[in-house]
Amino acid sequence: MGIDMNTIFQIAGIGIVVAFLVTVLEQMGKKDYANWVTLIGFIYILFMVASIVEDLFQKIKSVFLFQG
Amino acid sequence: MLQIVGLGLVATFLALILKEHKSPIAFLLVVFVGSVIFLFLIDQIYEIIKMVERLSINAHVNMIYVETILKIIGIAYIAEFGAQITKDAGQGAIASKIELGGKVLILSMAIPILTVIIETIISMLPN
Repeated sequence: MGIDMNTIFQIAGIGIVVAFLVTVLEQMGKKDYANWVTLIGFIYILFMVASIVEDLFQKIKSVFLFQG
Repeated sequence: MLQIVGLGLVATFLALILKEHKSPIAFLLVVFVGSVIFLFLIDQIYEIIKMVERLSINAHVNMIYVETILKIIGIAYIAEFGAQITKDAGQGAIASKIELGGKVLILSMAIPILTVIIETIISMLPN
């Protein structure tokens, strides 16, 4: 549970930092950099979420007797 | 129980903060929290299912039927999870398609049980 809590705060923190960076970069007039920052933050979080969703599906498979 | 409620509340507040800035990341946070809560519960679910299996073995029920029922519960849970998350993201149409898929698959898995029931009833009928 402790690790999971850390990951939740990590996701929220990355989201806030990315939003802040995007705001600053757009104020500076660097729109394309802002887009890249958004994309990279999104992919990083997507990776974490995808790994835990895969874990969830494996658990469901093993518990509910899906062998195939 | 308190852990789950606390997790849910913290996640809700964080998602609210994130939604002001970046909507997709808030959505990913919600998916993550849903998975974490289910992973937290899965050990207890495993115990319950083991108990059902033991009871059915003791009662000499055919194992195929119990297995089918467990698979149906699994399909129902996965379909519900997917449909709720899609609905949260504002895609009601995809959510209802996921639900439709779940229903059709459940019905097709229940075909052997239905066939056995119908055959039993027919054999009971007097000729």
